Amino acid sequence: MKFMIPGLRPLTPEIVMTVLALAILLADLVIKRKETLATLSIICVFVVAYTFSGSLGTAFGGMFISDGYSTFFKIVFILNVILTVLISVKYIAIEKVNLGEYYGLILFSTLGMMIMASAGDLIVLYLGLELMALSTYILAGFIRYDVKSNEAAIKYFLLGAFASAFLLYGTSMIYGLTGTTNLAAISEYINQHGLTGNPVLTLAMVFLVVAFSFKIAAVPFHMWTPDAYEGAPTSITAFMSVGPKAAGFAVMGRVLLHALYPIKPLWATVLIPVAILTMGVGNIVAISQTNIKRMLAYSSIAHAGYALLGVIAGTADGLASMMTYLLIYAFMNIGAFAVIIMLRSEGFKGDMISDYEGLWHTHPLAASLMIVFMFSLTGIPPTAGFMGKFYLFASAINAGYMWLVIIAVIFSAISAYFYLRIVMYMCMREPRQTVALSTSPSIGLALAITLAGVIVIGVLPAQVVNLARIAFP
Amino acid sequence: MEQVMTNSLGFPVLSTLIFLPLAGAVLLLLMPRAQEGLIKILALSASLAAFIISLPLFTGFDKSTHVMQFVERHKWIPAWNINYSLGLDGISILFVLLSTLVTILCVLISWNSIKTKVKEFYISLLIVEGAMIGVFCALDFFLFYIFWEAMLIPMYLLIGVWGGPNRIYAAIKFFLYTLVGSVLMLVGIIVLYLYSGRTFDIVELSTRVYPYQMQLWLFWAFFAAFAVKVPMFPVHTWLPDAHTEAPTAGSVILAAILIKMGAYGFLRFSLPLLPEASKAMTPVMLTLSVIAIIYGGVICLAQADLKRLIAYSSVSHMGFVTLGIFALNIQGLEGGILQMVNHGIVTGALFLSVGIIYDRTHTRQIADYGGVASVMPLYASLFIVFTLASIGLPSTNGFIGEFLIILGGFTSNQWAGLLAATGIIIGAGYMLWLYQRVFFMETGPKVAGLHDMDARELITLLPMVVLIFWIGIYPDTFLGFMHKSVEHLIDRVNTGGMHGPTVARTIMEVIK
Repeated sequence: MKFMIPGLRPLTPEIVMTVLALAILLADLVIKRKETLATLSIICVFVVAYTFSGSLGTAFGGMFISDGYSTFFKIVFILNVILTVLISVKYIAIEKVNLGEYYGLILFSTLGMMIMASAGDLIVLYLGLELMALSTYILAGFIRYDVKSNEAAIKYFLLGAFASAFLLYGTSMIYGLTGTTNLAAISEYINQHGLTGNPVLTLAMVFLVVAFSFKIAAVPFHMWTPDAYEGAPTSITAFMSVGPKAAGFAVMGRVLLHALYPIKPLWATVLIPVAILTMGVGNIVAISQTNIKRMLAYSSIAHAGYALLGVIAGTADGLASMMTYLLIYAFMNIGAFAVIIMLRSEGFKGDMISDYEGLWHTHPLAASLMIVFMFSLTGIPPTAGFMGKFYLFASAINAGYMWLVIIAVIFSAISAYFYLRIVMYMCMREPRQTVALSTSPSIGLALAITLAGVIVIGVLPAQVVNLARIAFP
Repeated sequence: MEQVMTNSLGFPVLSTLIFLPLAGAVLLLLMPRAQEGLIKILALSASLAAFIISLPLFTGFDKSTHVMQFVERHKWIPAWNINYSLGLDGISILFVLLSTLVTILCVLISWNSIKTKVKEFYISLLIVEGAMIGVFCALDFFLFYIFWEAMLIPMYLLIGVWGGPNRIYAAIKFFLYTLVGSVLMLVGIIVLYLYSGRTFDIVELSTRVYPYQMQLWLFWAFFAAFAVKVPMFPVHTWLPDAHTEAPTAGSVILAAILIKMGAYGFLRFSLPLLPEASKAMTPVMLTLSVIAIIYGGVICLAQADLKRLIAYSSVSHMGFVTLGIFALNIQGLEGGILQMVNHGIVTGALFLSVGIIYDRTHTRQIADYGGVASVMPLYASLFIVFTLASIGLPSTNGFIGEFLIILGGFTSNQWAGLLAATGIIIGAGYMLWLYQRVFFMETGPKVAGLHDMDARELITLLPMVVLIFWIGIYPDTFLGFMHKSVEHLIDRVNTGGMHGPTVARTIMEVIK
């Protein structure tokens, strides 16, 4: 321990993650059974999670912050890895891409997310974002022989690179204006020099918001989402819909509520139309989808719109509600994807909504689970989706955005139509073909975890809410 | 004044009532699918047990006070100050009893008519029962909303999976209408919660005073949820589809309990929380009620489908209920509450009866029937009782309810009373004409040779017959429950929450 630099303690989780992810990448060379790598990845993230408790503090002069806020998001990321890996094991074998790099890339992508959540500096933020994004581009195109998967990767890559440019441009403008990239110092400088009305700062803020909106798939920067979600391997779609989105929200909360808090009215003015459009386009376009992965892509756009309400509220409760919602969203969305992934079997894609006809009659258990996740995504109690939405709406109303919440609840009611359509296909139609489910113990475990999450948080949300509330300083 | 009374029964009776059916549902879930007989018996035992447990409420209720009784209170989500609190007063108790009774009848009537997915059917039914009872018992607005929304899920499945040919359309229409109304109410609930310093406690909320402008907004937010459920004109269009396409048990639950939740919402929330807005909106509400009474009745005359006719008659009858509630006087309110119970009994019984004959003929078209009285005399004699009760013949329960409502209506607004009374005449018209077309005239080909009711079906209908005459001849057993609570409610509405009710009463004494 002699060589340990004292200031590195806050980075312990990230360092451990890097070392173990590299170890898994190397282990791939000697281990022939790739299922072992899946187990190792899960053990790896558990070890990382174990280091959270001792890591609170800041490093590198405030460039890296490990606090309750970042830890909450890291828990979401870890959960995301566990669930993704659990639903992947059998699936990537069916897709014939059972390669070891898959798990390494997931871990590196998650490492990027963790760095983003802890970023106290725009440069660190950019580093984390690129690490996350580059790994995810590869994962999206992981089924090399599939044209759609390639298309997903290239679209995601091009638009993601575009978004990175926006981020860098915004960062450079802020640096030019304030002479710093440190989030706390930026806000201090704005306050001291009365820059709140500065047009360059406004432009920089708009650029940053654009870049984050790409990552969380907010309208009008959502164009990549449906194609990327549809083409990517289903397990990676689940991964992408939760991880990068949550990471995007993490940095959004940190940048807007720390660095740019002095110009809150300005960014709220920008975000409000974005949120309305996001909920509107997401929910309305989802109605006309025939492919379930595409439908859930639009649904994930809509859910980003709801979560934006928490950021717009701009209060501690607002952020806590956004964090709670993302955690809940991880459970219900990956749960839904776990069911979707079971329908994929040798020679049967099973990603059309019509493939779900009569599923309740042929596979009652899988269909019942899907019903729970669909109702949770709609936000019907006693599921977790309702609690999350309630908290978001309550904090937005408390911050004075009642009319925005009225719009949100109307869109939420509209969303019932397409979620219930899945329930309708499963329960109220006769099966037209026999669908074989590719089940495995690991998917069963993932379903059990997600179901428990959706029900337990739905009935007893007190613990999760408290965790999110104390997280934000 | 102490607003609640602790539970005198020695065990948490209301929680038991809510969770016993849910436990029954979980038990059914674990049963093997093939054991259909056992599944039915288990469902029947669960509903019977809930009914037996609810009987002490009937006997143990203290009629001399308006405060909440059988109260249970536990912390649930401390961060949001949400409590799991339950209790009953004179307004809600009858609906809990009606819910437990109706569920038994629903299990019995579905015994032979549900042939597919038997297990899931009874699971849904029991979940609906638990949620219904929860709605009437909840003393926390958040908890109320949870039950209110949660019952949409099993109800959606009941209509959509086991319903008639057009069931998918009816189920989604039902769900979307109700959901849009409910989410607007949710916004209202949150506003109320934040304004009152973060509490959802219904008893406490209904002692506060809210600014008039806010009351108006909240009134319409709540209206969106409750009016859809009642259903009031012009948001009633989901009801004919849902009632018609639902399986018999679903129609009975919809008619007997679910649509009462809307009127109950007005009584429990709109009136005591927003007294001034309620008073100001009386003309609108009375107009909508009268339109529902007459419009619903006239439409019944044109129906060719048995269930659809009874469904539209519900629109008309619920118009009477809202008329009584918004007459805002003792007679009107008591009549309204009693008429809710009556409508639950009579329309529930009518849907049960239609279910009995539908199981035999598999047609709902009135034109396919005729001469049923000659082949099923026992059935015909029970059906005439329900028909007359629906019309409101003296000595049946319908008479008491409608009489009180029209009395209250006249006191409040003469035109409303007058127009509502014409609704009764229209009611007599369509019900008697229906009876004539189905039971008399030429015996139709589908009717010939039908066997009369068996013991199970008779047992299903008998409780309703008993209740019809009990309420019709000695209504005080039931009205007695509500006197104090209704008085308290009227006090609250008339004083606008400005003074304590006792002060108001003293002032009234002085004026007299």
